[in-house]
Amino acid sequence: MELSVQGIVRRFGNVTALGGVDLDVAEGEFLTILGPSGSGKTTLLKTVAGFEIPDEGAVFLGGEDVTLAPPRKRDVGMVFQNYALFPHMTVARNVAFPLEMRGVRREEIRRRVEEALRLVELQGFGERLPRQLSGGQQQRVALARAVVFGPGLLLLDEPFGALDRKLREGLQLEVRRLQRRLRLTTLFITHDQEEALIMSDRIAVMDRGRIEQVGPPAEVYARPATRFVADFLGESNLLDGVLADGAVRIGGFTPVPLPGLPPGPVTLLLRPEALRLAEAAEAAPCRGRGRVIETVFLGLSVKLRVQMEDGPEMLARVPLRPSLPPPAQDGEWLAVGFAPEDVHVIPRG
Amino acid sequence: MRRHRRISFGRILLGLVAGLVFAFLMLPLLVVFPISLSSASYLQFPPPGLSWQWYLRYLDDPSWIEATLRSVKVAALCTVLAMGLGVPLAFFLVRSRLPGIRLLDRLTAAPIIVPTIVLSIALYGVFARLQLIGEWYGIAVAHSVLALPFVVILVGAGLRTFDEAQEQAAAGLGARWPAILWRVTLPQLRPSLVSAAFLAFISSFDELVIAMFLSGAEMTLPKKMFDNIMMEIDPTIAAVSVLQILLVGLCLGLASLFGRGVLTTTMTR
Repeated sequence: MELSVQGIVRRFGNVTALGGVDLDVAEGEFLTILGPSGSGKTTLLKTVAGFEIPDEGAVFLGGEDVTLAPPRKRDVGMVFQNYALFPHMTVARNVAFPLEMRGVRREEIRRRVEEALRLVELQGFGERLPRQLSGGQQQRVALARAVVFGPGLLLLDEPFGALDRKLREGLQLEVRRLQRRLRLTTLFITHDQEEALIMSDRIAVMDRGRIEQVGPPAEVYARPATRFVADFLGESNLLDGVLADGAVRIGGFTPVPLPGLPPGPVTLLLRPEALRLAEAAEAAPCRGRGRVIETVFLGLSVKLRVQMEDGPEMLARVPLRPSLPPPAQDGEWLAVGFAPEDVHVIPRG
Repeated sequence: MRRHRRISFGRILLGLVAGLVFAFLMLPLLVVFPISLSSASYLQFPPPGLSWQWYLRYLDDPSWIEATLRSVKVAALCTVLAMGLGVPLAFFLVRSRLPGIRLLDRLTAAPIIVPTIVLSIALYGVFARLQLIGEWYGIAVAHSVLALPFVVILVGAGLRTFDEAQEQAAAGLGARWPAILWRVTLPQLRPSLVSAAFLAFISSFDELVIAMFLSGAEMTLPKKMFDNIMMEIDPTIAAVSVLQILLVGLCLGLASLFGRGVLTTTMTR
């Protein structure tokens, strides 16, 4: 079922939690709302679920205005941050709950609970209590409970926050597969940018009650619309400068040629992986010299902080191969360069 | 292989203190039980011989039985009233976001703080005008004032540890509020609810001061016991005490059986 959120405003006292949010999620789409804590993403989710009534604006589910409808009339399945499983009910009773509330017949309930538990690979766990399960299993029960009644929309509120990294990665892909299989329209909330990049069809980046940008992960990553998005999503070097005569001057580097763009104040985004170091930098169109302050070994790559001569501090990431020596030592001077094509220009208002 | 074990001074001290407190609480029972089975016709310890006579005296005397039944009736109604008023009040006090709600929350303990004698005189004044003196339900109403704080405090404490997201989850899964309350919230509050009901029952069943003012000729069991001590002191009082202790013990047993969370029952099913 498609979801459309139009001009949602929500204030708590004199704090504006949502300052006019518009968002469309297509049928079967997996859309992630990414933002720091306090950005309003949870309030937005609660508004869609029906736990919050917006001060202004409207929520449409499958073309129907549900702005004032209570949660139970919305046909929405939700997985809560801490799962909110009912601890006094067995796994099977938990999953059966939404079906019982809908007056489904007993045999039908049993069949569908079994099917839902099989879907999340928990067949045989029906008679256990939630507290007898691991965190990952509880998460899957919550998921089964949220999809068992065939909702038109699935809401996921930071469902992986409490899990350790390895488990999280496995579940992320599992949820993604499940979502694709059921063709379930999904609104996913997280503050974890990596998670957002892995799972989403599209990402909406939120900050201070507003959506800054909506787009496919690759696009939002490569061409962030605002400085905030560039900073929040992935690692970045953000360099402020003024575009004049088709080039931008930044301290520490030769001028960056950016032909065909309107002059004015801009912020240049350079991802760490776009920087070239040492010999590789010799042929780069934009160059400078810097001293390595810190090197961090990351397994597949090395991250370096480089202080440019008369310029900013830069973050670089260089892939590591066993056959190659490490690119630089701390304190070493080296050439730093990049190609203007790897620069993304964000206009500064 | 040797198992490491550390016996600390603190643990020994703790055990000692616990033992002393336990003895302090239990020793009176060791006096009351033998006396109730005494063959003597006055309170004497140790008893010269054993006999059931005081239990038979209690069972044969309609005024004792009436007082007992009346007390059970009063305590039962008091429990119903205290729960009926206290549980919703606890929900309101915990969930409300009104300013000053914390202060109001503290105020619910007032009936415990105000001396019972003061409360009794005040209630007497009101009840006399309403012609409730000597009516068993009048005592129950008065007792429910005393019992209310226990209910509010216990249920409130239980409610504070309850994760409200579960109610949202239930609502999102299609439940209306009665279903949320009966299927999700109250079952998880069961230990608090059972303890609260038990305390409400006991606080009424044991209560003397209010009963003295309000019961008139229609005595409750504690009032009857008090009169018995004042007028004709014989071991019947010990027998009644033992029966009372057994009844309370039975309630306590039932309370711990039903209050022990749902976890064990679902597991054994």
